[in-house]
Amino acid sequence: MFAYIARRIVYVIPIVLSVALVCFLLVHITPGDPLVAVLPADASQELAAQLRTAYGFDRPLPVQFGLWLWRALHGDLGSSIATGRPVLSEVMRAVSNTVMLAVAAAMIGFTLGLLFGLIAGYFRDTWVDKVATSVAIAGVSLPHYWLGMVLVIIFSVQLNWLPAVGAGPGGSGAWAWDWEHLRYLVLPAITTSVIPMGIVTRTVRALTGDILSQDFVEALRAKGLRETEVFRHVVKNAAPTALAVMGLQLGYMLGGSILIETVFSWPGSGLLLNSAIFQRDLPLLQGTILVLALFFVLLNLLVDIAQAAIDPRIKRS
Amino acid sequence: MSAMTDSALQAAPTTKARGYWSTVARRITRDKVSMACAFILVLIFASALLAPWLHLADPYQGSMIRRLRHIGTPGYPLGTDELGRDMLARLIDGGRLSLIVGILPVVLAFVIGTSLGLVAGYVGGKLNTAIMRTVDVFYAFPSVLLAIAISGALGAGIVNSIVSLTIVFVPQITRVAESVTTGVRNMDFVEAARASGAGPFTIMRVHMLGNVLGPIFVYATGLISVSMILAAGLSFLGLGTKPPEPEWGLMLNTLRTAIYVNPWVAALPGAMIFAVSICFNLLSDGMRSAMDIRN
Repeated sequence: MFAYIARRIVYVIPIVLSVALVCFLLVHITPGDPLVAVLPADASQELAAQLRTAYGFDRPLPVQFGLWLWRALHGDLGSSIATGRPVLSEVMRAVSNTVMLAVAAAMIGFTLGLLFGLIAGYFRDTWVDKVATSVAIAGVSLPHYWLGMVLVIIFSVQLNWLPAVGAGPGGSGAWAWDWEHLRYLVLPAITTSVIPMGIVTRTVRALTGDILSQDFVEALRAKGLRETEVFRHVVKNAAPTALAVMGLQLGYMLGGSILIETVFSWPGSGLLLNSAIFQRDLPLLQGTILVLALFFVLLNLLVDIAQAAIDPRIKRS
Repeated sequence: MSAMTDSALQAAPTTKARGYWSTVARRITRDKVSMACAFILVLIFASALLAPWLHLADPYQGSMIRRLRHIGTPGYPLGTDELGRDMLARLIDGGRLSLIVGILPVVLAFVIGTSLGLVAGYVGGKLNTAIMRTVDVFYAFPSVLLAIAISGALGAGIVNSIVSLTIVFVPQITRVAESVTTGVRNMDFVEAARASGAGPFTIMRVHMLGNVLGPIFVYATGLISVSMILAAGLSFLGLGTKPPEPEWGLMLNTLRTAIYVNPWVAALPGAMIFAVSICFNLLSDGMRSAMDIRN
């Protein structure tokens, strides 16, 4: 097990370096001089030259990448142009809100997805299966930002039950675990949960169907096991793959939250990314994407390890 | 004796065995769901294409006194938008840009990804490692994040959003193409072609392409659903089409401010995205089961 974990961690290093390279190059594919973004509108020639040296834009690209990477490894992702504050602290504060949203959505989406998937796979080709499959396919086909709008129309505009935007009463930034604050989480979490719900349902349905058609299930039944016991075997066999899919989905929710956070003005990393893009705040854009991508890589690593821990077949291969 | 053989030959089966693709086509035309989806898609495509000849209202002509009319207002069957422009005309006309921006990236990625995957899978060795490890790097980003990162860095615009979505889909199609190709490469008929002196290019084009295209095509059809949602999503954020051009994602964005006045008109463009997306998803599922002849 330990050797497996060590090997997996070693594999991650080149991935992390390439992710950093892609994030670094993002700023350099932007049209125009990257200096323009940090330069005041009325800057003199001398100031421009001074800043160019200060930011290292006059050095060759590989050198710039090396310097940037070195600073990033020390937690220095530069400062936001809009606010002047360090990028890392801005991103981390926002990411905690996104994690909260993603975890809430995961609780809804994974529970429903597992439930629907198991039922649909177990009662294949019955009406229950058809209903669950239809819900799943609608879930993966929905433009989730539109679903968010529709939910706002129904529950905020028409019924006036839940708030439409924000993450707390009076636009305050502080979060508290009471209904006054949780009300704000309900609609964004439901909206975010729809895609993972659909994907988990489809995966678990297919897995359950495959497992039930294998010979060992026949043997279990022939030996006289009760159907609940057979079901336990099905769950055990489906768990590793289901876990991998759920891990990946959690990563997608963390990294792909920009659309939903924009619809609900949820103050997470997606909304931060949105403002970074439209204020041309390149250090903030670069830093947010780097942090989110590293979260995703880390999550994939943890999923691989967890999968190996519950499925002895993986370690051997 | 010879006469008997002749007559036996005459009596040989007269019906030709049905080929693989004609069997698949027959199976899919019998699938009601797939046919219904195909019909809806044809309807949306045709109306978008023929919009200038349908004698609709001018999708760009606004009017301050006719803003945000409700659905069913005489003369405005689907109401008007925040600038008083006819929604029906804009939804139909907007199909053109929305479908192009949604589908073109998948078509481009299909061509590029299939070529890369075919070469990687067939040649193998160092070239395979180089291509597939590069692909892995893009898998380290959630696809929405990657699309937004590239679009955000390149700046708003239709071309930029098509480019960024293509970059998102190429690795996914390459992976599928590579794994299908690797599966086909070691089959006997490829060996036979090689033994009869066919060069690698001929083998890939004549013998392998036909055998790998099917599964890749089905996968790409499913991707169109994701691509439609993402492309409209980029416009919704303000990274795609610019006003006053009608496009479903952008319309959803500009109508967002109207949800307190006329909510259901504001939700209409999203319903169009949903319809196209779910039809492509169901069609992809239908094709997959139609091509799975074993069942």
